[in-house]
Amino acid sequence: MLAEFLQYLFTGITIGATYALIALGFTLIYNASHVINFAQGEFLMIGGMATVSLTSMGVPMILAVVLAVILAGILGIALQRFAIAPAKQADVVTLIIITIGASIFIRGIAQVVWGKEYHVMQNFSTDQPIEVFGAVLNSQSLWVLGIGAILVVGLVLFFTKTLIGKAILATSMNKEAARLVGIRTQMVLMLAFMVSALLGSVAGIVVAPITFTSYDIGIILGLKGFVAAAIGGLGSGVGAVVGGLSLGIVEAMAAGYISSDYKDAVAFSMILLVLFFMPRGLFGAKVVERV
Amino acid sequence: MLNTFMQSRLRGLVVLALILIILPAFLGNPFHYELVTQMAIIAATVVGLNLLVGFAGQISLGHAGFFGLGAYFTGIATGTYGWSSVPALVVGAIVVGFIAWIVGRPILRLKGHYLSMATLAVGFIIAIILNNERALTGGPDGMPVPAFEVFGWQLSAFGSYSLFGIEIEGFQAWYIFASAVLLVAVWFALNLIESPIGRALRSVHGSEVAASVVGVNTAKYKSLVFVISAIYASLMGSLYAHFQGFITPAVASFEFSILFITMVVLGGMGSTFGVILGAVVLKLLPQVLADFQELEHVMFGLILMLTMIFMPKGLLPTLTAFVSKRMRKKAGGEA
Repeated sequence: MLAEFLQYLFTGITIGATYALIALGFTLIYNASHVINFAQGEFLMIGGMATVSLTSMGVPMILAVVLAVILAGILGIALQRFAIAPAKQADVVTLIIITIGASIFIRGIAQVVWGKEYHVMQNFSTDQPIEVFGAVLNSQSLWVLGIGAILVVGLVLFFTKTLIGKAILATSMNKEAARLVGIRTQMVLMLAFMVSALLGSVAGIVVAPITFTSYDIGIILGLKGFVAAAIGGLGSGVGAVVGGLSLGIVEAMAAGYISSDYKDAVAFSMILLVLFFMPRGLFGAKVVERV
Repeated sequence: MLNTFMQSRLRGLVVLALILIILPAFLGNPFHYELVTQMAIIAATVVGLNLLVGFAGQISLGHAGFFGLGAYFTGIATGTYGWSSVPALVVGAIVVGFIAWIVGRPILRLKGHYLSMATLAVGFIIAIILNNERALTGGPDGMPVPAFEVFGWQLSAFGSYSLFGIEIEGFQAWYIFASAVLLVAVWFALNLIESPIGRALRSVHGSEVAASVVGVNTAKYKSLVFVISAIYASLMGSLYAHFQGFITPAVASFEFSILFITMVVLGGMGSTFGVILGAVVLKLLPQVLADFQELEHVMFGLILMLTMIFMPKGLLPTLTAFVSKRMRKKAGGEA
């Protein structure tokens, strides 16, 4: 009974941590530019796939990870510079379609370069699972949680302690004012996309040994991350983490106790329920609209 | 008299009808007919979606869910339970309209990204149900759908018919049928846009607050147009199921929803004939790109990004603006 519950909880927290990282990526870009980046899932795919293919070419794991993350970062910058920035005054739907176009484009290239097969990545450390009260904990789960926690702390420090982090915050609050005090806002936007891509690719790498990876893994992971961000309230960092973890746990519990066929429906039912009762998510800002 | 007629909203409809009449001269084989028939059905769906997106300014990233529900209602009612096509189509549309009304009320209070999230979720849930209820839907493998049938008379792409004494093939009969459906769909949409309801919708698009201040019941009109566009999708889904003869949950998928909304935005939001052009272009694109099969997705994504960046208003509005600018320049030069 307890073992079963713990088992689902471990699974939920692990996948929830991944959702939280994706949601943080959404939040970062949304705060900086009010764009919902439907290509966010592709950063995870790039992270996982590049690491797998580099290690299979004989590159040491650590170096492969670093290269994969750099590749994703460059992609993030390119996405902002060449797809988002040129469409300055576009409305919400147009921007959504642009990022969807970008995600189809990136996925298409990944399919040409890496093929359509599923790829398996080795666990970072031992394959030996850890037993806790009869439940089995995959050692990779600890990596996901540990690295997730480090990233969250790092992100908080980045935004509160560094000048660049503060510049991003300033730009998200008021772009014109930020420009007036000498912040190069275009630079800041590119930076936000880059940091978001780094987050996504690291999440994609740490979760790859658990979920496997393939060229099209980004669609559903990206959407779940979007759901997590919306549950938490778009634009809220705390919301993204809470939304991600709660989505992961509810999903794992529903898959375990109710039906695994309807596992993916859980996320989408949950977001509808949250939005029906809290139209701005759990931690969304109460905005007073000026008309 | 002719002049006032040409100025009226029927002008576009007449042009569309003429194109549909002339088009068969350029269609060589059954495959061409199949493609154009699909285009017409999809275009009619998108004309309905445009009422919601282009005129009322509300996003839907889950419209394929309603299309898929219509398709499966027809498939199950006619295939499994032996209903006739028309009752299945009508009852299906009523059921889907009702579902849209139920979910639309709370959803349409949301704005922007939250609305896109919620509609996406509704579409996904429908697709997941169609995938998992194997006993009813056949699951991911799909299910066969009988030919369209009215009082024992069947419209099958493989039959042969006689129309006013001319022998035509089944795929040509389907083309005529789908063209007529598209014309009716466009005619209804144009009339709705010019009606008081249409004006109320456009006021919601302009400024929802201003609209409600002058007494427009914005919630009522938003859910009304949501229901109408869902009914469009359901009816066309039913026809699509009959025409294809076989459906899979892909008809309700997120990819299909994205395709619909892209047709609207690419063709030109708020332009009824623009979104038809959008449907034609996006249905043709895979055919044109077939030679680069490897690169199909790369090209598709690239074209999507480029048109959205450089023509954010969409193909038809950009083209007409360009042409009228040129004409004015020319006229100015002569004067």
